[in-house]
Amino acid sequence: MDFSSPPAGGSGVNRDELMDQVKSQIAIANAQELLQKMSDKCFKKCVTKPGTSLDNSEQKCIAMCMDRYMDAWNIVSRTYSTRLQRERGKI
Amino acid sequence: MDSFGSNAGAGGQIDPQMQHFIEAETQKQRFQQLVHGLTDTCWEKCMDRPSTKLDGRTETCFVNCVERFIDTSNFVLNRLQSKAGTGELH
Repeated sequence: MDFSSPPAGGSGVNRDELMDQVKSQIAIANAQELLQKMSDKCFKKCVTKPGTSLDNSEQKCIAMCMDRYMDAWNIVSRTYSTRLQRERGKI
Repeated sequence: MDSFGSNAGAGGQIDPQMQHFIEAETQKQRFQQLVHGLTDTCWEKCMDRPSTKLDGRTETCFVNCVERFIDTSNFVLNRLQSKAGTGELH
């Protein structure tokens, strides 16, 4: 009996592969959202009068802004998670 | 002999492990989405000029922002529920 062939009746993708694909799609979507928000926020903060290129101070500002946005994201994530656990503990 | 690893049972139902996986990932994603949105909102409220680190006051603002947002959601829910009870809401 050949156990190496793909499952009968399926598209040939087994369950583990499918789950991995879904997980990486989700990870990509989250990374894209983070990127988009970072660009938006940091453009607003750092590029006040758009010139013909991003000057040095603007680039430095954007780099700092990105790090601060990650800091903020982590704080929000931690705080929200802790609060959720607290709410669940009350039930 | 049953095909191993098949996702569909006889009735075309999703197998329990897949079902559980979908539910877990959906919940995780809901959490992620909320963090994205809250970070966005609280950034507008708490962040002045980006510097080399988040100072204590700004960090506190973010924490408060998250907590107060959840308080607000609970408040809205409770008040809506009580209004529904009195028949004010159709």
